[in-house]
Amino acid sequence: MAMDILKLNISKAVKSEGPWKRVWNRLIHKKLAMISLVLIIVVYMAGIFAPWIAPSNYSDQNLLEAKQGPSLEHLAGTDRLGRDMLSRVLYGIQTTVIITITSMLTGGLLIGLSLGLISGYFGGKVDSIIMRLGEVFAAFPGILLMILLAATVKPRVLSFARSVEDLTGIDWIIKTGIVDYIVVFGALAAFSWVGMARLVRGQVLSLKTMQFIDAARAAGASTPRILFFHLLPNAISPVVVSITMGMGSIVGAEIVLSWLGIGIQPPRPSLGNMIFENGSLGVLRSDPHLLLVPIAIAWLLIFTWNLLGDGLNDVLNPRTR
Amino acid sequence: MGIYIVRRLLWVPVLLMIVTLVTFGLGLYGPGDPVEVMLGQNYNPEVAERIRHQRGLDRPFYQQYLSYVWGLLQGDFGESFKFQGQSVGKLIGNKIWISSQLGLAAMILTVGLGVPLGILAALQQGTRRDSLIVSSTLFFLALPVFITIPVMLLVLVLNLHWLPSSGWGGLFSLHTIIPLLAMGIPGVAVITRLMRASTLDVLGQDFITTARSKGLTEFVVQYRHVLRNALIPIITILGFSVADLVGGAFIVETMYGIPGIGRLAVDSIFARDYPVIMALTVIIATAFVIGHLIADILYVVLDPRIRYE
Repeated sequence: MAMDILKLNISKAVKSEGPWKRVWNRLIHKKLAMISLVLIIVVYMAGIFAPWIAPSNYSDQNLLEAKQGPSLEHLAGTDRLGRDMLSRVLYGIQTTVIITITSMLTGGLLIGLSLGLISGYFGGKVDSIIMRLGEVFAAFPGILLMILLAATVKPRVLSFARSVEDLTGIDWIIKTGIVDYIVVFGALAAFSWVGMARLVRGQVLSLKTMQFIDAARAAGASTPRILFFHLLPNAISPVVVSITMGMGSIVGAEIVLSWLGIGIQPPRPSLGNMIFENGSLGVLRSDPHLLLVPIAIAWLLIFTWNLLGDGLNDVLNPRTR
Repeated sequence: MGIYIVRRLLWVPVLLMIVTLVTFGLGLYGPGDPVEVMLGQNYNPEVAERIRHQRGLDRPFYQQYLSYVWGLLQGDFGESFKFQGQSVGKLIGNKIWISSQLGLAAMILTVGLGVPLGILAALQQGTRRDSLIVSSTLFFLALPVFITIPVMLLVLVLNLHWLPSSGWGGLFSLHTIIPLLAMGIPGVAVITRLMRASTLDVLGQDFITTARSKGLTEFVVQYRHVLRNALIPIITILGFSVADLVGGAFIVETMYGIPGIGRLAVDSIFARDYPVIMALTVIIATAFVIGHLIADILYVVLDPRIRYE
């Protein structure tokens, strides 16, 4: 009899939902957050599959059809060189997808998360070195240094890529615009790690005094095991929220960099250089769609990321409500 | 606390040294020869060599850096490469005044809207109006300057003809409205949410119950007890919001044709006018560091429960 109850309990325990499943179940009832999630997935998919779904190439010119408004043939109209705006916007989204994901993975997650964990767990000298370093980065006027980095470091990366091309005989490295991507996401990553590191450090500081960490140590768990299997999962919920909220601001930062002419270079489209190219009063007067389409997409992305982050915050950190 | 403030103050010059060193290094080893840009069409190797010698550009790095810092300490920012014969200090002075007027006005707008909205939402927590305020702030948060400016230009300038399309005519002119709204709006969201959260936090504390139970009027409770304590996080975040304002100023000033430091910075970077870039970096970084410092110190002064070791 007792054995039966035990068995029952065990089978129940096995069937019980994981924490992420529970989060998902609660999130699914948040209408705004779910709509945002669906929209984000649609926009990101559109960006990823741009080469297959775009009606034409982003650089195909047709001067006879320049500056047309939206029509059946060109759903979002054409620009001053007769390029199909819908295709350009789709490729622009692709740029945004690449930049947001790479800078978040490198700056926010890889650098920020591990430095925060190390800083909080080990404390002492390591902690003060990392935090002081963060202070230095935070003291720089971010946008000014980003511009400076892009203006001074980029030509060096470019000439390095050129010499690689010369040595290996490959001629597509620069053409793909990969150098622009590296510089832009490098500049963004350099500044996005500080906030994440501080957040994780704060979490770890309060978690590491708890008994389950002592228990893990007493059981002989190695330091990396404690860091990544015991501390990280418990510190993860504010991290998830901060990443989601941060994606919106990276979308904005890429636009600012490209808009200032130091991000992704034409003819490769990005939302930023489309806003920049068509940012004059003259264009607004005659062909507002050229500016309004990329602006609407940018707004949609920033807004939906924020809404999703807000919903996740409700679900993951219910106490802050 | 005295020790904490002294330590923070000692850290300020160190931070600024690092900031100037990095900027100076990037500028010096960056591509593009400023002398070449300066001479433009009339480039002549001999003249270029002479100018380089005159300006000390042929000296080793550390000498150039040290003499630059020495100049800085005496308030001398050097001479612009692009606008010859003009000292950087003179070039920047007036523009800083314009930019800081605009930035300060934007900050006042942000706080003036955000604080009442946040309190309103908190006092009516859980009602329809609360959720309306909270979700509409997210909408405003998603309106960076590069979105609001073109839309406002389209609606307010091209369609309604209410406002001028660009330029600067002093703080109290129609020219100010578009840039002010563009810079002020995104921050409203941040202030509103923070104010709501901190008001809720204070409302739940025991001393509010005490204040009510000893018979203070609701007015006194809300203004003297709730508001004063709930404002603490707002004051500290203002120190950090300097960064966002500067970032916004770069785009707003360039897009709307305002002769401030944001626009100057963008122009200088493309002209490789390093003395100007350096000066702006040092000035803005100083503003950042002091903003953070004041925020941290105010935090301790306003809330005696917080102790820094």
